[in-house]
Parts: sequence; structure tokens; C-alpha cells
Amino acid sequence: MPMTRRDLMVLATGSVAAYGLNAVPASASAADDAIAAFTGGAELADGGVVLDIPEIAENGNAVPISISADGAVAIMVFATGNPLPGVAKFSFGPLAASSFGSTRIRLARSQDVIAVARIEDGTFRKTSRSVKVTIGGCGG
Amino acid sequence: MATGVKPRVKLPKTASAGDTITIRTLINHKMESGQRKDSDGNIVPRSIINRFTAEFNGNSVIDVQMEPAISSNPYFQFESKVPESGEFVFTWYDDDGDVYTLSRRIEVG
Repeated sequence: MPMTRRDLMVLATGSVAAYGLNAVPASASAADDAIAAFTGGAELADGGVVLDIPEIAENGNAVPISISADGAVAIMVFATGNPLPGVAKFSFGPLAASSFGSTRIRLARSQDVIAVARIEDGTFRKTSRSVKVTIGGCGG
Repeated sequence: MATGVKPRVKLPKTASAGDTITIRTLINHKMESGQRKDSDGNIVPRSIINRFTAEFNGNSVIDVQMEPAISSNPYFQFESKVPESGEFVFTWYDDDGDVYTLSRRIEVG
């Protein structure tokens, strides 16, 4: 079969798409690694964690965030698009009235923020939220 | 950053036994992330508070491990049970080895 101009075009776009797919998870895998370090590779069930964060953050230097999960002994927050994916790990002691915490975080750019909770029974749950950042934090 | 660090905590002075109270804490600290560059292009070394804990009469309420993605002047809000009269102790651990503590008494009436 002779190679037509059209075949060449198809090949070219195909390889660009493949490159794009390879390039994107490079940063996401750092977040995956960080999550695995927290969970020990355990399976993650979706939902069951309340992650309250604005959809659009005007200032990435201070984005208000609150997390809570019923029966959680620890909740860790990850920012998939930051230079370092870890944000904070909240461990709740016997006197914590609820597995709730609120703070302010830095987001370098628009990205997904993930909260992973370790429940008393040893299972892990996660919730992900997409945040649009107008002005990025973390300097640079 | 050992100078000018001033921790602040807001919580009620009294409560009923078994009450749930909301605690808010703030400490002024620049939380240098280690990602920024100065005007000469050199990376500004990381200098953050890496851990915050709250205890009541020696029992843990919350223990937060902090990364550079926590905003400057770290703020935390959380909820605690108050089983009896006693003292809350709040502790912040700085990268440079400094430890800042603040304690507050609460009376159960």
C-alpha cells in the first residue's frame, strides 16, 4: 500500500496524541506516589470525604479548605498540580469532637485537589475537587 | 524565623462537661516554601512550620503534619471535646528547631 499524504497526517496526529498522553501523567504520578505512601497501596473507595474548597480561587497563595469524614482517624490532602503534591495530614486524637479540620493552602495552578481519609476500620476513602486558580501560589 | 513569631488561639473560657467547642489558631510565619527564587535566581531555602498539635490535659485533640503548601501565617480550625476543666496546650514545630507553645485554661461549670 502506497503511503498517501492523508496517511502521513493521520500518523502525525496520532503520535502527537500519544506524546500528550505520556506527558500529562508525569506530574499526576507524583501525587499517586504520595497517596500510595499514605495508604500503603490500599484500595481507595470514592466518596465519604467532605472536601470543601472554592471552585474558583482568585489567589492561589491562600485557598480556604475544610475537610471532614465520618469515623476518620486521619485525613491527608494532596494538590496534584503543585511542585510537591503533599499539603497536610490531619490526625485526629481521642478528644477530637469530629474528624474536621480547616486551613488555608497554596495552589500553584488550576488542578485537582484530593482528600484521602483513613477510616477507623482501616479502609481508605477519597474525594477529588477541581479548582481553578487565577493567580498561582508557591512563588516561582 | 525565631523572631516575631506570635501564636494566637481563640476558644471559649468556659464550657459544659462533654461540650464540643470550636478552636481557631493562627501563628505568624512566612512559611518559605523552598520553591521561590530571589532576585539573583538562587532558590530561597525552605523554612516552614512542619507540625502543629493540640492537646487537652495531655490527650491529643489534633496533630497536623504540614507541608510547604500550607499558606503563610498558618491558620487552623477544628473541634474538641471538653470532658472536664483543664488546659489546652498548642504547639508549633519550626523547621529550624524552634518550638512555639501556647496554653489556655478552660473551666467546666
